[in-house]
Amino acid sequence: MKTFLDSVKNYSWGAVSERILSSTEDDVLRALRNGAADAEGIRALLSPAAGKYLDIMSALSAKITRARFGNTVQLYAPLYISNECSNRCLYCGFNADNDIKRVTLNEEQIREEARALHEKGFRHVLLLTGEDTRAVPAGSLRDAVEAMHSVFASVSIEVYPMDAEGYRSMTESGADGLTLYQETYNRGTYSAMHPSGKKSDYEWRLDAPDRGGMAGFRRIGIGALLGLSDWRTDSFFTALHALYLSKKYWKTQVLVSFPRIRNAPGGFSPPAEVADRDLAQLICAMRIILPDAGLVLSTREPARLRDRLVPLGITSMSAGSKTSPGGYSDTGLADGQFSVEDTRSPEEITAMLKKSGLDPVWKDWDRGFLH
Amino acid sequence: MKSYDIKTDELVIAGSAFRSRLFLGSGKFSSIAAMNSAIEESGTEMVTVALRRVDLENPSDDLLSAVTGNKKIRLLPNTSGARDADEAVRLCRLAREMGCGNWVKLEVTPDPRFLLPDPIETLKAAEILVKEGFTVLPYINADPILAKRLEEAGCATVMPLGSPIGSNRGLRTEDNLRIIIGMSNVPVVVDAGIGAPSQAARAMEMGADAVLVNTAIATAGDPASLAGAFRMAVEAGRRAMLSGMPPEGDASASSPLDGLLR
Repeated sequence: MKTFLDSVKNYSWGAVSERILSSTEDDVLRALRNGAADAEGIRALLSPAAGKYLDIMSALSAKITRARFGNTVQLYAPLYISNECSNRCLYCGFNADNDIKRVTLNEEQIREEARALHEKGFRHVLLLTGEDTRAVPAGSLRDAVEAMHSVFASVSIEVYPMDAEGYRSMTESGADGLTLYQETYNRGTYSAMHPSGKKSDYEWRLDAPDRGGMAGFRRIGIGALLGLSDWRTDSFFTALHALYLSKKYWKTQVLVSFPRIRNAPGGFSPPAEVADRDLAQLICAMRIILPDAGLVLSTREPARLRDRLVPLGITSMSAGSKTSPGGYSDTGLADGQFSVEDTRSPEEITAMLKKSGLDPVWKDWDRGFLH
Repeated sequence: MKSYDIKTDELVIAGSAFRSRLFLGSGKFSSIAAMNSAIEESGTEMVTVALRRVDLENPSDDLLSAVTGNKKIRLLPNTSGARDADEAVRLCRLAREMGCGNWVKLEVTPDPRFLLPDPIETLKAAEILVKEGFTVLPYINADPILAKRLEEAGCATVMPLGSPIGSNRGLRTEDNLRIIIGMSNVPVVVDAGIGAPSQAARAMEMGADAVLVNTAIATAGDPASLAGAFRMAVEAGRRAMLSGMPPEGDASASSPLDGLLR
């Protein structure tokens, strides 16, 4: 069966980078006029030449977003089940070499976290783990999904890649969303960043969203970790990936996230800089390329920047996030994956959205859809 | 020729009479307050609410109570997001159990990008729901044969789209809408794609029984004011339709007997 891997075989990273850099203002204007859902348009909107048109791009992006999604932004919260991990991703707080406080929540602790989030108003939850199938085997993940399915309207997972059968068991247990970042589409950087563990297998990860699509997830979220490699080229592949998924798994909504990494425990600092202005250009470009995609911005970004970026095209955002297992009910239990920059409470986020003329939506799904 | 009187002109759906022929959607508003003022100005008596947006277990759910608390309007729960007949039916049963009544706007939209309705699953779901005593108002593409099949299945209306949801592109399906209006024995409500009062008026001039508007009003600079404009447009179109408005492009002489009497 053909997958995304087959469809990007003919692109070389270097050639793509070069063509992005050499895109002209004419290319940008053509993409803005005619739409950008092809390789040429994607390159143009991600190019340095497009930087000059950020005002026009942001107005267009906001307009498309309001027409398609209305004056609403959906809220969700991450719930970490475990920070145990066998990988050694250089940028990640959960790196197996890091000497941090680790824990895998038991069923009761997971329920406690769920209660805390439900009380804050959340109805959409994202379950996360590290990659350690001994600490969190697929079976206990399935149990966790089932337990959360009885509490929340929507349950998504952001866990280690699974085979199609594993994903199928997740959707059957009530998970409706899958988030899986490729981290970087650059093979060389990918290998350097993921020196060991299951995660070092680039292709296994690249085709995981395909397996998720086959398993029938209603939403599949992808993204590149911004800062690992040149953001323009990485985002070109992210956009191609999103277009590919939305055509092939046409019943699945595709979401794109914009996780920008900062310094991490273990002394990591991101090799490729992504300025605030770049992030704004990227969000607007993705909206114009993918008018119907969900665009996600997490609490990795500071409050002031989030307030400015959200109205441009973001359709869902996290609020009051904790990135450590047990973080909502027992803050001392374990260490987090990364430091949250926007530390505002869900109430404060809600107030901010309302001030911007946006209606915070806590529930936009119903578990009644699934058995 | 019927003379038009706003006071007596009624739309009857499954035995219930409505004075207003403008239905509203409740999504995409910037706040409940903005929605409420649009409802007020529109004069609507039927508002559809996506079941996936409301917390059925929570009677004080903002969106739901805003609609159910308004005695002038009928709540029309919808199944948007349902991917197949099973999901839509399950959601309708759930809504009825939770006290949302037995009227449903049936939406089976498996594709999350354009939200186009699945004709096969919609018909399947309609047949089940009608048997279970629901009053079914199905959202469909402008397919005249499907409209007849749904009518035969016992649906209370048909709700063909003018153009894709949220597109504001107006009556792109006009030719088929005219056929549906001409063939239908149940009220025809033009749903989706109506972006301007002039388009709503046109649908009514064509003989549609009602129109449903959401995105255009919800995302307007002044939703309440645009809702008022839609109200006038729907009334104008209805009145025009009942006034023997001469057909478009009719360049005939002033009296058809001119030649004969010369």
